[in-house]
Amino acid sequence: MTDGARSATPPGLVPREVATHCPYCALQCGMTLRADDAGVTVHPRQFPTNRGGLCQKGWTAAELLDHPERLTTPLVRDPATGALHPASWDTALDRVVAGIRAVQHDAGRDAVAVFGGGGLTNEKAYALGKFARIGLRTRHIDYNGRFCMSSAAAAGMRAFGIDRGLPFPLADLGRADTLLLVGANPAETMPPLVRWLTEQRRNGGKLIVIDPRVTATARQADLHLQPLPGTDLAVANALLHIALTEGWVDRAYVADRTTGFDAVRRGVTAWWPARAEQLSGVPVADLEATARALGTGGRVIILTARGAEQHAKGVDTVTAYVNLALALGLPGRDGSGYGCLTGQGNGQGGREHGQKADQLPGYRRIDDPAAREHVAGVWGVPADELPGPGVPAYQLLDSLGTAGGPRALLVFGSNPVVSAPRAARIEGRLRDLDLLVVADLLLSETAALADVVLPTAQWAEEDGTMTNLEGRVLRRRALRPPPTGVRTDLAIISALAARLAETEAADVHPAGTNPAEADPATVRAAAVDPTDADPARVRAAAVAADRFPADPAAVFAELRRASAGGAADYAGISWDRIDADDGVYWPCPTEDGPDTPRLFANRFATPDGRARFHAVDHRPAAEEVCATYPLHFTTGRVLAQYQSGTQTRRVAALRRAAPEAFVELHPDLAARLGIDDGDPVRVTSRRGEFRAPARLSDGIRPDTVFAPFHYAGAGRANSVTNDAVDPISGMPEFKICAVRVEKA
Amino acid sequence: MTARVVIVGNGMAGARLAGELHARAGDRKVTVLGAEPHRAYNRILLSTLLAGRIDEPDVELTEAAGHGVDLRSGVPVTAVDRSAREVRTDDGERIGYDHLVLATGARAVVPPLPGLDPANLPERVVPFRTLDDCRRILAAADGARSALVLGGGLLGLEAARGLATRGLATTVVHPREHLMERQLDPAAGAVLAGTLAGFGVTVQLGVSATGVAADANGVRLDLADGRSLHADLLVLSCGVRPDTALAQAAGLTVRRGVVVDDRLRTSDRSISAIGDCAEHDGALTGLVAPAWAQAQVLADVLTGTDPLARYRPRPVVTRLKAAGIDLASMGDAGSGGPGEELTFADPTRGTYARLRIRDERLIGAILLGDNPAVGTVIQLFDRGQPVPSDRRALLLGRALGAVGATPAASPALMPDAATVCQCNTVSKGALVRSWRSGARTVDAVVAATRAGTGCGGCRDAVSGIVDWLSQAESVEVTR
Repeated sequence: MTDGARSATPPGLVPREVATHCPYCALQCGMTLRADDAGVTVHPRQFPTNRGGLCQKGWTAAELLDHPERLTTPLVRDPATGALHPASWDTALDRVVAGIRAVQHDAGRDAVAVFGGGGLTNEKAYALGKFARIGLRTRHIDYNGRFCMSSAAAAGMRAFGIDRGLPFPLADLGRADTLLLVGANPAETMPPLVRWLTEQRRNGGKLIVIDPRVTATARQADLHLQPLPGTDLAVANALLHIALTEGWVDRAYVADRTTGFDAVRRGVTAWWPARAEQLSGVPVADLEATARALGTGGRVIILTARGAEQHAKGVDTVTAYVNLALALGLPGRDGSGYGCLTGQGNGQGGREHGQKADQLPGYRRIDDPAAREHVAGVWGVPADELPGPGVPAYQLLDSLGTAGGPRALLVFGSNPVVSAPRAARIEGRLRDLDLLVVADLLLSETAALADVVLPTAQWAEEDGTMTNLEGRVLRRRALRPPPTGVRTDLAIISALAARLAETEAADVHPAGTNPAEADPATVRAAAVDPTDADPARVRAAAVAADRFPADPAAVFAELRRASAGGAADYAGISWDRIDADDGVYWPCPTEDGPDTPRLFANRFATPDGRARFHAVDHRPAAEEVCATYPLHFTTGRVLAQYQSGTQTRRVAALRRAAPEAFVELHPDLAARLGIDDGDPVRVTSRRGEFRAPARLSDGIRPDTVFAPFHYAGAGRANSVTNDAVDPISGMPEFKICAVRVEKA
Repeated sequence: MTARVVIVGNGMAGARLAGELHARAGDRKVTVLGAEPHRAYNRILLSTLLAGRIDEPDVELTEAAGHGVDLRSGVPVTAVDRSAREVRTDDGERIGYDHLVLATGARAVVPPLPGLDPANLPERVVPFRTLDDCRRILAAADGARSALVLGGGLLGLEAARGLATRGLATTVVHPREHLMERQLDPAAGAVLAGTLAGFGVTVQLGVSATGVAADANGVRLDLADGRSLHADLLVLSCGVRPDTALAQAAGLTVRRGVVVDDRLRTSDRSISAIGDCAEHDGALTGLVAPAWAQAQVLADVLTGTDPLARYRPRPVVTRLKAAGIDLASMGDAGSGGPGEELTFADPTRGTYARLRIRDERLIGAILLGDNPAVGTVIQLFDRGQPVPSDRRALLLGRALGAVGATPAASPALMPDAATVCQCNTVSKGALVRSWRSGARTVDAVVAATRAGTGCGGCRDAVSGIVDWLSQAESVEVTR
């Protein structure tokens, strides 16, 4: 068995230094990895996004490569003792395949589900989607990007016909006259990006931040609007209202390049500033100052992030800011535009190539007959064999182990036990599965529940591509092969596909059994019987292995063909071209043609080439405060941790910097509750509770409390968050629910 | 639930109710009969229209036309036949209802002055209430150089500010001793008058009008003190009166407005009333927020979405909306009575604040001029939330609070544990240790500690510490 990194790295020529990118967020900072006798070290690299900057997460990323807790052998749960034990790859894969086959036999193909992640390379995201559709032939695949980018993606699609986080290079931020950040805190989430904000203000630009907390980013702003959580949409409508009454709407642009403005105009007529002020708490004067800076600035950029998006009205909230940007004539204007700050490392590419329930590679829709035909052709299967759309992440997780829901789940690069809303419930759903398989490099909280854990390679041990927040496709390069006993995700997918094909062939020609009547135990036995060398089975396994190569270069070559002609067209992108050009912006349809650093200069990706306004109105949060749960609760990130913390909580320096969860609350609120700084407090919602020490801060509204979501166990903030989801994107309402806070 | 709902009035309340009904599930036919010949519009924006900053299409509101809503504008209703459950329109049509909603609004009061016939006002004398009024004012203002506004309440001042924006020398005549006496105390009224003066609006206080004479060339307003004021037009802003004519003729209980209960029902349970025409618990609303709240409750009741929904008036916040004027008034801010009273006045800069607090809750406030806390104050009042322990934050704005970076302590005074570089969690102590270990330049300290390699924001602070270390070191050496 070869895996990708090994095949891309000829034996005997292990590089001692490699130019790659950080494993963490979507900024994908350029870094150089060096291996010497002391181990692997990280060195910042000049790249057009981070310009030599790295935060503490990046600096310390190599610590996990030889971390004592790193998984270096598969683990299989012993049914007798309930404990996970080391096992061989054969044993582990056989257990996985037998479990899958048993569930498929009992409950059909859709009873097996796949859950991916926004940190997976493009190659892995693509292979995982393909594996689900034609390896497992299940409609159930989705990924943790639903918890991340889905609202902005849906809003972008419906307005522009395309979803690329930033439709312009990051460097445009540095020359914006006005930059509005809505629910974005890059000073904590992607610190080197702040270099562009510093440059922007040094150039005389104005930075405006909308955030319910005085964040590290808000502290740098010229103007900070501090609305009640859940009122960003009303603020946007009021800003557009002011732009209308002040004559700042670009009427020519609206007439020439958009449709649907009249309905939006009449809708925002009802959002005069004083009305938004009463709802949001943002003073009229600040709304007016913001609208003025947006409406009269030359180069104006509006960016949203999770603060605006992680709501049950996330799509409409983003749409309200897109409407504002369109009314001001920003998208497609040089140096101006709307964008969203993607979160996860490959949050962009991960949502383009088929990990989403309703999607095929190239950002195609799985319910589009032409798209099915094209992709099925690349995959060498009849189009009618492709399953239809599945369901969004939370709905999928919430249905696990229930009547009619999936009974087996394969997880790659995600830790929903910590990252899903209403996490205790999701933990229960995972426990109810017949089979849970988790591929990860560490024993995450989700892996700890698994029946089989498959150890995977780390970023420094694999080749591939990532697409950063600008839609720029980058190269991830292997410094070294994975340690003995560890495989890449692609190699795992390839091996699983081969074994599944083999046992399916056995099912078609089982020795004297009718598969419809086959006892699952027999099927399982057949799957693990090493003596059986039926040529049909061997042939099927070989075909499947060929269909699911472990070599990332081969996967990327196929991804290019599969994406050709789609919205996210990678056809003209080669690894060589990425190397030569510091990355390539999609769409890039031909190898000798240009890529697309800036979208929308002449037309939008809609059938008529016009951007589409959608009238949207404020609606209350899914759960409002009441006498029992009188406080608003919101979640977010801290600088020294990443996502569910599986990796960063195990890095010593990061653990020291941010060792545990905390509950941020205003001193006035704390005084009323009898809570002192550092006191243990309990936060309770209708869905559960978590405990963490109090951290007093007058940078938060007295009616709102905050906690970071990176932590597990008693400090798991997602134990209380609301699982209400956006009707369009499926995004859960992480950013607002009603809680009670007490001294624990 | 209700099969045929007829709404009389397509103003702020009626149009909103149609939208609320439309947004709720169910099979029903909604007919909206608007007397004015326009689309539904936002009355709040008329002063902005008057100021010439927007055009008529910009005041249009979303209408729920189609989808089971039959919207007819320019169709005045002349009578309600309660026994037949029909309304009659001015062209004789009869429209049956299962439930009738009166959202007839209010009409501008024309003061009983010699020279003013409400049925036949002179061309250059116009009340300020409807879009048509607005058009007439704009027509009269075209080519005009001066204007008079009779009435120094909220709407009168908005109109005056709008006319001044158009370049007209504008005078407000107000019979009371200070402006907006229902919302402001005398001190706030004085500050407001000063602010208006800065925009070219003159205010005549404590004097009532005694007569009007108008012709094609101009208007003369006679005052009780014997003076006469001349201008090219006169805008009347002397309050409004609920339009209860239909209800009265139909025999519904009417006091100042059409009397309704908590479910917005009139004395006939098949007829409701909302908005400016309705009188709930002895009070008229006169503002949009309560009218919309009533529309929501009534839609819940009529559609069965929440049959137990009840209208509970919320404390009202008045906001004067005019360029360069920032005024918020709510509750009872007047002096006297138990509780705390906070005041701040800076008349030269047009700033005034007065707040009343009882039991840690705001019971009233007047904020005039630039006050960054106005949003917070309004929310605390509206939601009945406890006030901050540091009351200054409410009077002077949150700028006193957390916002703004703490000024960098001098390196010598900074504790060793203080974090200098957030991105890489580098403390002052770590920087000092790197120096002691031989790093002697900023670049060397950065290379040793990674400080400044993230967002780069602490670069200056790191340089400062390195400078301080090199000076301290040389001091040590010479010593």
